[in-house]
Amino acid sequence: MAINASAFGKIVGKDQVLTENADLIPYGFDGTAGIKQLPGAVIFPADTAEVAASVKEAVRQDIPIVTRGSGTGLSGGSVPIAGCLVICLVRLDRILEIDPANLTIRVQPGVITKDIDEAALQHGLFYPPDPGSMKISTIGGNVAENSGGLRGLKYGVTRDYVMGLEVVQADGEVTRLGNACVKDVAGYSLKDLFIGSEGTLGIITEVLLKLVPRPKARKTLMATFSSMEAAAEAVSRIIAAQIIPCTLEFIDQVTLQCVEDYCQIGLPVEAAAVLLIETDGHPSAVADEAVAMEKICRDHGADDVKVAATEEDAAKLASARRQAFSALARVRPTTILEDVTVPRSELAKMVSFVNETAEKYQLQVGTFGHMGDGNLHPTFLTDEKNAEEMERVHHALSDIVDKTIELGGTVTGEHGVGLAKKEYLSRQFDTTGFAMLKLVKKSLDPDNRLNPGKIFDPA
Amino acid sequence: MRALTLKDLDYSVLQQCMHCGMCLPSCPTYESTKRERHSPRGRIALMRAVADGDLDVGAELAEEMNYCLGCLACTTACPAGVDYTTMFETARAETEASPLTGTVKRRFLRWLLLNQVFLYPGRLQLIGHLLRIYQNSGLDLIVRKLKLPYLLGRSIGDLEPAAPQMNREFSDECIDLWEHPPEGVKVRGKVGMLTGCVQSLAFADVNRDTVDVLLHNGWSVFTPRTQACCGSLHAHNGAPLLARQTGENLMSQFEREFPGLDAVITNAGGCGSHLKHFSSVIDADMATQWDEKVKDIHEFLVETGYRIPEGSEAEIHALTYHESCHLCHGQGIKSQPREILDSLPAWQREELPHSDTCCGSAGIYNVLQPEESARILDRKIESIEKTSATCVVTSNPGCHLQIQGGLQKHGLDISVTQPVSLLAEAYRIQSGNSPVDKS
Repeated sequence: MAINASAFGKIVGKDQVLTENADLIPYGFDGTAGIKQLPGAVIFPADTAEVAASVKEAVRQDIPIVTRGSGTGLSGGSVPIAGCLVICLVRLDRILEIDPANLTIRVQPGVITKDIDEAALQHGLFYPPDPGSMKISTIGGNVAENSGGLRGLKYGVTRDYVMGLEVVQADGEVTRLGNACVKDVAGYSLKDLFIGSEGTLGIITEVLLKLVPRPKARKTLMATFSSMEAAAEAVSRIIAAQIIPCTLEFIDQVTLQCVEDYCQIGLPVEAAAVLLIETDGHPSAVADEAVAMEKICRDHGADDVKVAATEEDAAKLASARRQAFSALARVRPTTILEDVTVPRSELAKMVSFVNETAEKYQLQVGTFGHMGDGNLHPTFLTDEKNAEEMERVHHALSDIVDKTIELGGTVTGEHGVGLAKKEYLSRQFDTTGFAMLKLVKKSLDPDNRLNPGKIFDPA
Repeated sequence: MRALTLKDLDYSVLQQCMHCGMCLPSCPTYESTKRERHSPRGRIALMRAVADGDLDVGAELAEEMNYCLGCLACTTACPAGVDYTTMFETARAETEASPLTGTVKRRFLRWLLLNQVFLYPGRLQLIGHLLRIYQNSGLDLIVRKLKLPYLLGRSIGDLEPAAPQMNREFSDECIDLWEHPPEGVKVRGKVGMLTGCVQSLAFADVNRDTVDVLLHNGWSVFTPRTQACCGSLHAHNGAPLLARQTGENLMSQFEREFPGLDAVITNAGGCGSHLKHFSSVIDADMATQWDEKVKDIHEFLVETGYRIPEGSEAEIHALTYHESCHLCHGQGIKSQPREILDSLPAWQREELPHSDTCCGSAGIYNVLQPEESARILDRKIESIEKTSATCVVTSNPGCHLQIQGGLQKHGLDISVTQPVSLLAEAYRIQSGNSPVDKS
């Protein structure tokens, strides 16, 4: 499967093709631990036409394609297939249009997530999805993985903001799906097929996103608890009081210590669990909710509740939480991140199970996550060079997945299946559903050209 | 003694990087190229490939390590606590030791600067004297017009305009061996003063200002003569053994008074970052004590408390602060210089966008990688232009010269100075220009 690189050079320009070993090694991975594979070549097209022509050339040469943005994915979605063509979309990085009349923004896939929200801010608008890597992740990758973030509880996830897509199909033909209409029931909602498709159905070359009015006020609270259960109880009470804060994050002690080591902002490292709560909206509503939530926390076992004094302090707290996963890497050489999600009501059960499992297999685990939406990130701190320990990690992960499914949850809430969760996917689907997944792939990419072997093995 | 290689490095140092990508937006060369290879995690992947035996130490790794500024912005951005400094210095040392790497021109320039100029303080001072005569005579303009330096070879020709403007008085000429606080100021203790190498010749005035500020705050100041280079240039440019030699030379100059000194003060971000880690290159008890005593001037003033200058200025000017990489990323000193600037009566500070991004000076990077350095400088000047500042303040001789050059090139009427100089000036204004007692 040797790549004829010069054919791609004719399409994207000779200097936009990488084939040397030293150039390819840094494209052999994404943000996922322990998965590495060398591509045959990496190309950097400049526009949709070049992407389409490159796909057609790959069809001619019969080589698989893996699409990549900034390579921050956490399930191996953009890790190459051996010898494949990597199409890296970082040069498609223009914000094409902001439409304040329709509250939309049209962007190329290589635009950085945070830049979209900053562009929206110029018009008093807001793009809420905020994955942990928003400072560098690309919107194309966010759409392909249907990324979540800290604000999922109130604002939803990437899917809730995608109104339209331009997609290059597996045969190199280009199509536009969706539009700027709030209501649209013409035919199947095809754009939705591509959201979260992990690069297996098409290559996203343009995205039309919905924006919302920017909340006028926000307030951030940090509540410390001496037990996990107390924190979970407080969360249930907040929701039961019919308050939907925009963020309801939970950090355990191990994670807290690592985050504090990194950012040194005076986090209460002695607490068993911390809840990070943010409410946003109309100033008076925000003020009321903050008071109510502080009281609920205190009434349900919080040792302390602090309100961030300034916008800057609040931003620091949120940013600290976003770095939690990477900060955990301080402890051991390898960090295996989980993404299991359960219905909110089952959350406390799930957290206890994770801790019991870690104990059972004698493993170190740090847990943090989005308590408001049931999305947990138990992170095993281990060493990939220790085969025996990795074996125990594997058993622990398997047990956690089984428990998740038993509680009516999902094996991945926001990171995607990719390679990392592939072996667990079939446990979550019944036979008919699992076959339907493959049927969709087969009808849109019959030659198995795009990101083959990700999510599931081809039929 | 052989220098450490990537294969000798504790594997956990390399493994610490979990390639999450958080470093990418902080890296100036990734910003310029958008190529993973030119990013921190990409470079670490290459180093790891060398350690794993998947990649040879050859021209490609050398090229990449030389392309890295060593600005350490990635270490601030890294949540996982990756020790990039060690990896970077090890990789540079290993590539420099390899016969396969580098161009003849680059090798010559590097040899000239590291082995000939910055190793011998006397030689450096002699060059300084000659440069001063040359620059004062106005000959430099004529010589440059006629491209005469190029008769000595292209490398020297490229280097000549990069030589900084020399001060009228060098540090040893304007600072006495011992100076004591003026009458009426309570003596709080004794500190040593590091004059730096380039700093000592081209920024002797900043050194003078630093001493003045220390005196005003009750510190007696000991300044050894003709000080050696600290070795940071050598450590960052793959010459760890030379770095050890220069470090030992420098420490021995302080040896006599060292036990009695409360602190050893540095005012150059680039030097400070290295000066605080002598124990990593020198195996001696004194090196450990030395590391604890070295303080950046801003850090020292804020930590020990300094006199806030008083005054009610009729006219307030806007300044902006560019952070020296090795002050903010290397030493984690971010708030202290700002605190000092905010205490000045005649100035209003405006935050510089991307203030902690490298200006492209990066030691001798601007000489060895002029094109990339210029690209990075252009972005810095663009950021400065976005503010309304009439003055850029920074605290490292490299940054000072680089930004000054950039502003000049873009025809901008914005001055460059250092926080400690503005503080000294405020003290002078307040005390009615009365000179400090130098007895």
